[in-house]
Amino acid sequence: MDKVYPSLDDAVADIPDGASIAIGGFFTAGTPVQLIQALARKGAKNLTVMCQSMGPGNEDITPLVVQGQIRKAICNYPFYRSATRGADSPFEKAVRAGQVELEVYPMGTFVEKLRAAGAGLAAFYTPTGVGTVAERGKEKRKFNGREYLLEVAIKPDYAFVYAWRGDRTGNLTCRKTARNYNPDMAAAARITIAAVEGLVEPGELDPDKIHIPGIYVQRVVQVDRRNYIPSID
Amino acid sequence: MAEKRRQFDGLSRELIALRIANELEDGTYVNLGIGIPTLVSNWIEGRDIVLQAEIGMLNTGPLAAQGQVDQDLINASCQPVTEMPGTCYFSDCESFAMIRGGYMDVAVLGALQVSEKGHLAGWNNPERGFPEHIGNIGGSMDLAVGAKKVIVAMEHTTRNGDLKIVKKCAYPVTAVGVVKLIVTDLAVIDVTYNGLVLREVAPGLTPEEVQSVTEPKLIISPDLREIQL
Repeated sequence: MDKVYPSLDDAVADIPDGASIAIGGFFTAGTPVQLIQALARKGAKNLTVMCQSMGPGNEDITPLVVQGQIRKAICNYPFYRSATRGADSPFEKAVRAGQVELEVYPMGTFVEKLRAAGAGLAAFYTPTGVGTVAERGKEKRKFNGREYLLEVAIKPDYAFVYAWRGDRTGNLTCRKTARNYNPDMAAAARITIAAVEGLVEPGELDPDKIHIPGIYVQRVVQVDRRNYIPSID
Repeated sequence: MAEKRRQFDGLSRELIALRIANELEDGTYVNLGIGIPTLVSNWIEGRDIVLQAEIGMLNTGPLAAQGQVDQDLINASCQPVTEMPGTCYFSDCESFAMIRGGYMDVAVLGALQVSEKGHLAGWNNPERGFPEHIGNIGGSMDLAVGAKKVIVAMEHTTRNGDLKIVKKCAYPVTAVGVVKLIVTDLAVIDVTYNGLVLREVAPGLTPEEVQSVTEPKLIISPDLREIQL
């Protein structure tokens, strides 16, 4: 079962207009920037993206915004902290102008919605957000005297994930805090495309240290590590 | 017209962090939010306190020095950090399972406003001009409901002198009724069922002065003293 694609562009070639894509990574750690760049080259439009941020630490997503490829973003920390830097950000401008729709969830709810989709669950109850604007339009229910909100699963069409090492069958090993959203996004999506720094043969990875089992991964592409300096301000 | 500004001088941000570090008990798991809370990590070296980073790490070490920076090893404030003996990594999903699951002994969070009922408003500053349902929530709502104890670290008033400890939060809340302790540059205040109890004041300040920049009526603790560092 060889899932390796010859190039980044081949790996994203079938992504149609209107697709939804979960993109792993937490600021500089574990973001599949090479796949985001390939998606910008591909030019698919009317996309829904699900990712931590739409700028801070994830600047490579900006071309998708500037090229008008994104219709909707689902995030937990979309904006720069600094109001001045935010005012110059194409994403913030697009949201203010109503060109991009934005849904924001608490971080734990955001990732649990993806986990639930990957685990075959329709929804879950969480105590997070009770008494806040996050409860709008949601069922509220008491269990053992405590209130919870019903949150439904989100199942993306595609996931872009990043791994330190991966084998041809899609087993992936992440490094340090670069694991973050990648395992749950890989499980949630119908088609998961993994950018891996080191492509190896089956048997070379320690089976006890696989963070993303290959069953969740449909495509593997080798990429070069790109070093960059983090900043979210 | 006089420029609006803070009325009293109190502890620096670093010393607010030190006062909070003194409040933490050994043998606890603690999560530090963005801003002043992050500075608490500078004061707990050698203590038996395990820091959680919600990106997916326990036993988060000090900030990485120049030349030590690894982009795959950052905290939730996007700062490069280091490993410690006993560090472990996990997914973001597991990180929030342990937060909501009640395993975090303490969360230290910043705030824009705190109410006398312990409501916390910290994620959406209306000055940014977004609709009230969007902003940077990050992990704050999960931490605020999941941690056994929420400590707020903040300046007592805004730079313009606007009150931040209020009867009712005007800003969108992060969670309701969760704050147990407020540590500011001017005071240490317990949030109790009966109201806000002034426990400590900054050196040189009177309880009346602290009350003058606090909207709800403060209950003066019988053990009121100067903040000890």
